[in-house]
Amino acid sequence: MSATPEVADQNRSTSQLIGNLNYVSITADRTSLSAELGEFWRYRELLYFLVWRDVKVRYKQTLLGAAWAVLQPLLTMVVFSLFFGKLAGVSSEGLPYPLFTLAALVPWTLFASGLIQASNSLVASQDLVKKIYFPRVLVPLASLLSGVVDFVVASIFLMAMAYWYGVTWKAQLAWLAPLTLLTLVAASGAGLMFAALNVRYRDIQQVIPYLVQIWLFASPVAYSGHMLPRKWQFVYAINPMVGVVEGFRWAILGSPIALSTTSISILAALIMLLIGIAYFRSAESEFADIV
Amino acid sequence: MILMRSPAIICEHLNKRYRIGRLHNDFPTLRDSLAETARQVVARFRGPHEPRPSNIVWALRDVSLEIGQGETVGIIGNNGTGKSTLLRILSRITRPSSGSASIHGRVAALLDVGTGFHPELTGRENIFLNGVILGMSRSDIARKFDEIVSFAEVERFLDTPVKHYSSGMHLRLAFAIAAHLEPEILLIDEILAVGDAGFQRKCLGKMNDVARQGRTVLFVSHNLGTVQSLCRRGVMIREGRVAADGKTSDTVAEYLRTLEEVSSATIANRVDRSGKGLMTLIELQVSTGDANPSKVLATGRPARFACKVDSYRPGASCAFDIYDQLGQPVTYFDSSMSSAEDVAMMGNGSREFVCELDQLLLIPGRYHINAGVTWNGELQDFVEGAIFIDVEQGALNGRPVPREAGYGAVCMPHRWLTPGL
Repeated sequence: MSATPEVADQNRSTSQLIGNLNYVSITADRTSLSAELGEFWRYRELLYFLVWRDVKVRYKQTLLGAAWAVLQPLLTMVVFSLFFGKLAGVSSEGLPYPLFTLAALVPWTLFASGLIQASNSLVASQDLVKKIYFPRVLVPLASLLSGVVDFVVASIFLMAMAYWYGVTWKAQLAWLAPLTLLTLVAASGAGLMFAALNVRYRDIQQVIPYLVQIWLFASPVAYSGHMLPRKWQFVYAINPMVGVVEGFRWAILGSPIALSTTSISILAALIMLLIGIAYFRSAESEFADIV
Repeated sequence: MILMRSPAIICEHLNKRYRIGRLHNDFPTLRDSLAETARQVVARFRGPHEPRPSNIVWALRDVSLEIGQGETVGIIGNNGTGKSTLLRILSRITRPSSGSASIHGRVAALLDVGTGFHPELTGRENIFLNGVILGMSRSDIARKFDEIVSFAEVERFLDTPVKHYSSGMHLRLAFAIAAHLEPEILLIDEILAVGDAGFQRKCLGKMNDVARQGRTVLFVSHNLGTVQSLCRRGVMIREGRVAADGKTSDTVAEYLRTLEEVSSATIANRVDRSGKGLMTLIELQVSTGDANPSKVLATGRPARFACKVDSYRPGASCAFDIYDQLGQPVTYFDSSMSSAEDVAMMGNGSREFVCELDQLLLIPGRYHINAGVTWNGELQDFVEGAIFIDVEQGALNGRPVPREAGYGAVCMPHRWLTPGL
């Protein structure tokens, strides 16, 4: 029963037409984007459980549990306040420096830990990748999303501290939700890219910590972005975290914000996400073979 | 032709090639990759560039198969012949290099037991996590939860982290989850090689149920006995191609024939072996009690099996199994199960494990032996069909054991008390 190539081609096209849950066509070609989105939706429960696992394990194994979510940005805040705020006398837009930097450190921690976790995720889950089929994108995405729990805890602490400093709540606090989404978009763009690269080149594991460190200083976390010359502002805003951090300071502390900067950051984050997805999809099919 | 069933799996000209190096699970560094790119650029100037053929390994070559709904198919073949690659492609873990396959029905693939278990999570939590990973919905798992727990016999440890489980409990729980998947098509790879005999029987029973319910089962195994009891159809893969496809017993016979061809090579030179490799088997000699090798033994006569290894490590043990001509295991010998009669030949630099039998209790026929060495709790080397032997007819305590006995695989020394002469 040898089928001619034409028959095989016909089969391929009918499979795309049927697109039924219980019919799968396997070829050397890459799956279409719509089919992949369908798979993603079918496996949404797995995404939930992977996030649940990461969160559960993290809190089970640690002595301090949720306290870490607060301690990490808090300790960095103390260090920054001492060296940048006190010793170097960095301007904090007239706000108390600790509050000024913590408002940035909370979303930064979500971004940075998400990026690091996502980058290592596929290699860390190689057993799963080699033995079981599921949309691979779930792995980096889940490790990214598991950081959201810590982020929520840290945000509550940030709000409490803002209140303690006498900051009054404003309606623009509602913008924190889309700003958090922007943080996740930026982190998943880079995270997907590095997760896929890491499968192929383990060198990436060495690069990520440095990259994150440099990225931290390329973002207005320890200082104010408004210190930069005006003509450089647009280039600066290509870093999506510029828009995120300035957005957080604006929503919580009422710092000034430029719509143009924010728009560039949003655009840059979306482009990063598209590049990340495109690279991930191109590399995806060989993960199981080379991880 | 038999009644055509609507197909569950159709493979058309599946090919899978790997570049050497990837097969061995190492990964290129950025530097290697840059060097390779540079080499390719140079090669492009020199002419049309194809990957150098010496770098390519074909795991599957032009595999076309059609498997009907409700069929149970056993896939057999030597190590590294592409059986597992086929399952990996059908379960969509990896893609073929060319060719296509289509699958009609909900698939569950068990390539390993307990993948995705997290040691820190409790049994209860892992049931849900692993179930979802294997493709069950949360409500399915909740519905079958009690059944899974009682199948695995872990009721008392449900809220204990899995890291405190014994390996047996771990395995039981993992298989219990997998066994309750209820897919329409089940792809299984060699998972029963582990676990105790009692649980293996239970698993086989469960798989038999699955097969009887009209589900399609594709089963990769080394255990020819299991394949024959579970599967009606057998497919043999050899060097990436379908080498035989038909009734299981025919395929197994064909497999044993090819195994015999391979086994004529010296054991030391064989590449179709598995294990860690810190110790390897280099020779298996069979004789009728003296040191002169002979592949012909006789029922009731002494027999001597000598396994030579390349190096001896203290604490290592040797084991071998004897299979009949249908590939059913008959008996096994394991030096780690010691007896007061054993003699340690220490100090003379011996690298031989010798197993001596006063009386060979096999009935006449053709047998083959799989042999392995274990050290430090890990299988170091394992060779299938290490040797083929013929057992000639003989006598047991003076009683003749004819060639065509027809029943069973062993004979036992015995005496009759009869009413008269």
